[in-house]
This record gives sequence, C-alpha cells and structure tokens, in this order.
Amino acid sequence: MNRSPISEADLHAYVDNQLSSARRIEVEAFLAARPDEAARVAAYRRQNQQLQHLFDPLLDEPIPPHLQQPSRVATRLNLRLAAVVTWVFVGGIVGSVAGGMAGWQLRGSPPMLAQMSSQMPRVTEPLGAQQATVGERLAWRAAVAHAVYSPDTRRPVEIGADQEDQLVAWLSKRLGVKLKPPSLKAQGYELIGGRLLPGSEGPVAQFMYHDAKGKRLTLYVSGERQDKQDTAFHFATEGPIGVFYWIDNGMGYAISAGSNKNELARVALAVYNQINPK
Amino acid sequence: MNLDAEIEACIPRLRRYARVLLGGHHASADDLVQDTLERAWRKIHFWRWGSDLRPWLFGIMHNLHVDQSRRGQISTQSLDDTEFEASVPPSQDDMLVIQNLQDALRHLHEDQRTVVLLVAVEQLSYQDVARTLGIPLGTVMSRLSRGRTRLRALMEDCPQTSGQTSGQISGQASPVAISMKIIK
Repeated sequence: MNRSPISEADLHAYVDNQLSSARRIEVEAFLAARPDEAARVAAYRRQNQQLQHLFDPLLDEPIPPHLQQPSRVATRLNLRLAAVVTWVFVGGIVGSVAGGMAGWQLRGSPPMLAQMSSQMPRVTEPLGAQQATVGERLAWRAAVAHAVYSPDTRRPVEIGADQEDQLVAWLSKRLGVKLKPPSLKAQGYELIGGRLLPGSEGPVAQFMYHDAKGKRLTLYVSGERQDKQDTAFHFATEGPIGVFYWIDNGMGYAISAGSNKNELARVALAVYNQINPK
Repeated sequence: MNLDAEIEACIPRLRRYARVLLGGHHASADDLVQDTLERAWRKIHFWRWGSDLRPWLFGIMHNLHVDQSRRGQISTQSLDDTEFEASVPPSQDDMLVIQNLQDALRHLHEDQRTVVLLVAVEQLSYQDVARTLGIPLGTVMSRLSRGRTRLRALMEDCPQTSGQTSGQISGQASPVAISMKIIK
C-alpha cells in the first residue's frame, strides 16, 4: 500500500497524540530523516507542556458558590425533553431507512422530513416535481428549511437582527427585489435574523423570529416567475410543522412554525398586510 | 452518570476558558461562565445524549462571547486567515520584549490563541475544536499551525528561552518575526 506523504496536519496530530499508531510510526520515520522538522515538533511539544503548566493551576481554584447552583428545577423537565428528542431522532432515522423511499437526501434527517417524504413523495423526486403545484413546492421547501435551521442553536441565521440594515441590503440585492422583514412584535415575535438559501429558481430568503418562550417561526420568501398566477392563502402541515403560504405579485411567501393553524393565520395576515399596505 | 454532576465537573474548565477568552479579567469571566451555564440548562435538550459535554459547553461559551463582544459594534467582515498576519494588534510598548509565555499569548491573534489553547490545554480533538468554534476542520488546522509558528518565534525572542533553541532556527528567518519587527 502506498504511504501518503506526511502533511503539516500529521505533524500537529503527532504533537497532540491524535494519530493512529500506524501513522505515528510513519511520522517518526519521517522525523528521523528531517532534523529541522523534528526540532519544530519538539518545540511544539514543549509549547504544549508550558501552556498546560501555565493554565492547569487554574483548575484547582475554588469555584465561587453562585456558579455551583444551576437551575435544577428546570433540569428534570429539560432532561425528559432531551430524552424525547433523542428517541424521536433515532426513530426518524429508523423510519426513513425502513421507508425506503426517503432516499439519499433524507438519510439521518429529523423525523419530520421522513414523514414529509411519505406524505408528498412526488415533491421529493426530481422527475415528478413538475406535478406538484408551485405553491406545494414552495410550502415543502419552506418546511424543510424551517426543520433544518430553526433547531440550530449555534447558527440559526447568517446575519442577526442586530445588523438588520445589512441583512435587508444583502438579501434584497441577492433576490433582486426590495425586501424587508416584517415586524411581528405585535404578534409577539421578535426577529432573530435571516439567511440566504437556494430555491427552485434562484436565491430565497429565510427570516427567523422567536417568541418570548423561544419558539421559532420562519418566513420564507421566494421569487416565483411572473407568469405564475397568484394564489390565496393555503395551509399545509408537514409532520409537526404548519405552513401558511401564498403567492402574490410574483413572490412566494411561506410561514412555518410548530404552531396551529389559527396562530399561523394570525401571523400570515400581519405579514400580508405589511407587504401590501392599504 | 448524573448530568448535573457532569456539567458541574466542567465548571473549572469553563472558568479557565472564559479567562482565556477575556484576557484574564476574572469577574467578567465568571459572568460569562454563569451565562454559559444558564444557557446550557435552557438548551440541554439540544445536547446529543452520550456525546462529550465539553465541546458543547465551550461552543456555547464561545458563541456568547462572540455575541457579547459584537454587541454595539458595526458589523465586521470575516477575513481569511492569511489576512490575520497584517492585523496583529500593535504593541503598546515601543520596545517589543516578550517576557514570558503569557505575554507571547497576548500577541497571538485571538482566533489562533483560542485554537492553540483548546488543543494544547483542553486537549480537545481537532474535530471537537471545529465543532466548538463552528469552523471547518481545515481552518482549525491552519490556525493551529499559524499560532504555533508565531508562538515559537515569539518565545525565541524571549530572554528566558532564546539560548536553548536559537541555534536550530538561525537559518530560517521566520515571517512572523519579521512582521513583529515591522509593527514595533
């Protein structure tokens, strides 16, 4: 078997003991023939020791009492929630594998996607995509985008609401229309931010909001071709996600959340009224 | 294993990492730890059962720190790692004398310092560092490499250690050392 050349990353992984034993032997052979690299590796090992020597004593400092009291009341509930989420997640994988039809794009994905695929199989298949209406495809894409991004703790959005001007300028430029995230304060939702996504016919914007309890709602705005006729409000459920969608003036809008129809209708109406002021 | 106890066991490490992020400011470091713990308990259902808690907690802390330091600032564009070489914070002193390791660390770019410390001190796997910071593995490796190169060059300027190693590297005029000279 050919040995792959020793890379910079291998040398660091050697320093940090993150190599397999086979690779470690290869790196040692390499270093035996390269005293300059051996010196560098030795210097990095020394750095590690010096850094540990400098910072390890901090671990022995007493912990201030106020840091030792996490919110234990909330803990039990959250632990149960964690267990539920875990099992639902595992169930989703098993379900999508057993379902067979879920296909490569759904492997390991959350259960709502697997459920969606069985409810709307045509939409997931490229050949059958034309059979779904523009609105159905819009709703499906919006629900998937909601399922993918709304649980993300780390990066729910690309640009946060604290930089709303930049968010608006960027998304407007990319979609080629003037866009502004509607204010949903009156409905109890605050803007978190937004991101750009690929849609069926070009870039799509997703704005994310949350309410006081942290429940998230997304508004998906997609440029549909002008020849597509406008539609009235429609409601669809995709697993636990409800989607309210409509097409207006060549633009598709979809509002997704884990909420009931009435709640979404209330938000959809507010969004519609802000986009089409009387 | 009790999750309470597991999270509590991470507190000393969180405090240490917070001080590193905040440059040794102890009171605000503990505030950051507290914020991290609170957020961790609120988001505990997002933690994947059985996975290592540390990278997850460090990630929460890292994001809080980034959020807090961005607040009230004009948005910044992210730069390529290569551009960091030119953006080292200039030394306050006219004479750049690196007294010790702690000094040398302060002269590392924050992105590099964070990666070096997560690897060398916390001994996280590279994959966990990438997850903690929300950056690709390749970026972890390039920051680690740059950070170590720079730290090595800085330490060789340091009076305490210069004698031992200067002979070995006299031939390589390190680019890091040159850029430091330009700055002073």
